[in-house]
Amino acid sequence: MLTKRIIPCLDIKDGRTVKGVNFVNLRDAGDPVELAAIYAKEGADELVFLDISATEEKRKTLAELVYHVAETINIPFTVGGGISSVEDVDILLKNGADKVSINSSAVKRPELINELVAKFGSQCIVVAIDAKQIDGNWKVHLVGGKVPTEIDLFEWAKEVEERGAGEILFTSMDHDGTKNGFANEALAALSELVNIPVIASGGAGAVSHFTDTFTAGKADAALAASIFHFKEIEIQDLKNELKGEGIPVRI
Amino acid sequence: MKIVIIDYGAGNIQSIKFAIKRLGFEAVLSHDVAEIQNADKVIFPGVGEASSAMAKLKASGLDKIIPQLKQPVLGICLGMQLMCRSSEEGNTEGLNIFDLDVVKFPKTVKVPQIGWNQITNLKSDLFKGIPDKSYIYLVHSFYAPLDPETIASSDYGLSYSAALQKDNFYGVQFHPEKSSEVGSEILKNFLTVI
Repeated sequence: MLTKRIIPCLDIKDGRTVKGVNFVNLRDAGDPVELAAIYAKEGADELVFLDISATEEKRKTLAELVYHVAETINIPFTVGGGISSVEDVDILLKNGADKVSINSSAVKRPELINELVAKFGSQCIVVAIDAKQIDGNWKVHLVGGKVPTEIDLFEWAKEVEERGAGEILFTSMDHDGTKNGFANEALAALSELVNIPVIASGGAGAVSHFTDTFTAGKADAALAASIFHFKEIEIQDLKNELKGEGIPVRI
Repeated sequence: MKIVIIDYGAGNIQSIKFAIKRLGFEAVLSHDVAEIQNADKVIFPGVGEASSAMAKLKASGLDKIIPQLKQPVLGICLGMQLMCRSSEEGNTEGLNIFDLDVVKFPKTVKVPQIGWNQITNLKSDLFKGIPDKSYIYLVHSFYAPLDPETIASSDYGLSYSAALQKDNFYGVQFHPEKSSEVGSEILKNFLTVI
């Protein structure tokens, strides 16, 4: 049986993890490779690296980082942040990334999805969507959720699927950082609408939130950052509890 | 031991190279016919779309070479699918090593299947020491049905071949290089037991 995936997300700037990480056994808390290896060992099903570097020069650092992560870990990982061309994706995949995630660049130029799918296949193209509710309607937001658009979340998700994306990573800006649970209503509607896997993101604060998003939210995978980085929830404990709730997970 | 990963421009081969290196072996990437024929073990990778990958194989003449190889060959993911008779993806004619037609998953499940699933009914030394129902990582939209050549099966809406074997040819639908310790053991078996 296909299991539900638990995905820690690491924010990267200039080749280093950004948010403070509370791992006492880390020699270097800012080293993404070491952190990735620990998560892989602890039972993470996949990892996401989100690069928030701004300049071209720093992007080379990202490619090098991807190479070292691929060299070290034996689980799949996705790289996202500022990817806007076929060339960007080519470098990251050649260095060993399994998937890439695109966000604002796909909204600005939706054909990018088709181009990437044609060259690399659906299986490695994740489209990340940040959205927020405005007057009861879910609207897509850009630049890490800062810039609102008129685009409807569900229409965009359907288009993304039709253009060939292999997966959708949906972050609710209303839930992100609140630790009050995922946007399960919107997630369930998304999961019913499209026939590609949906990754839930934004709002994880307790084990029950994961249970809820896999049941009520019909999510295929759940992503979180700080609760894992600060060891508020251990991945192994989380998976054991999910298993106890009857949710299929890899133990 | 000389390990060659067939390099025909289809997909992420860096990860396989790294996985072999973690096991203490060195693999070379090559599209050179003599080098492939003289290897002790051959790995035939592949991700992406079947017809374009097959076109690349044909352009390099490797489509004629691979089915004639005598040493153990391991096809991974799309590599395994291309070793079958045909694929529904792009109506592709395959290498016809496995007597099977690869078809698309039905709409009753999400496609692609992405994530960790279990393998069962394990046969062959490829799975020596691997417990039944071990978890492996897969990403695919098309599958090979069950067949007498099936050496591991998995379920996703239906039962399908997670691995195939015929003579010296092995194929796995999952990614051993991304399947944690279980995947490493399977790769190690291919390199040291088979």
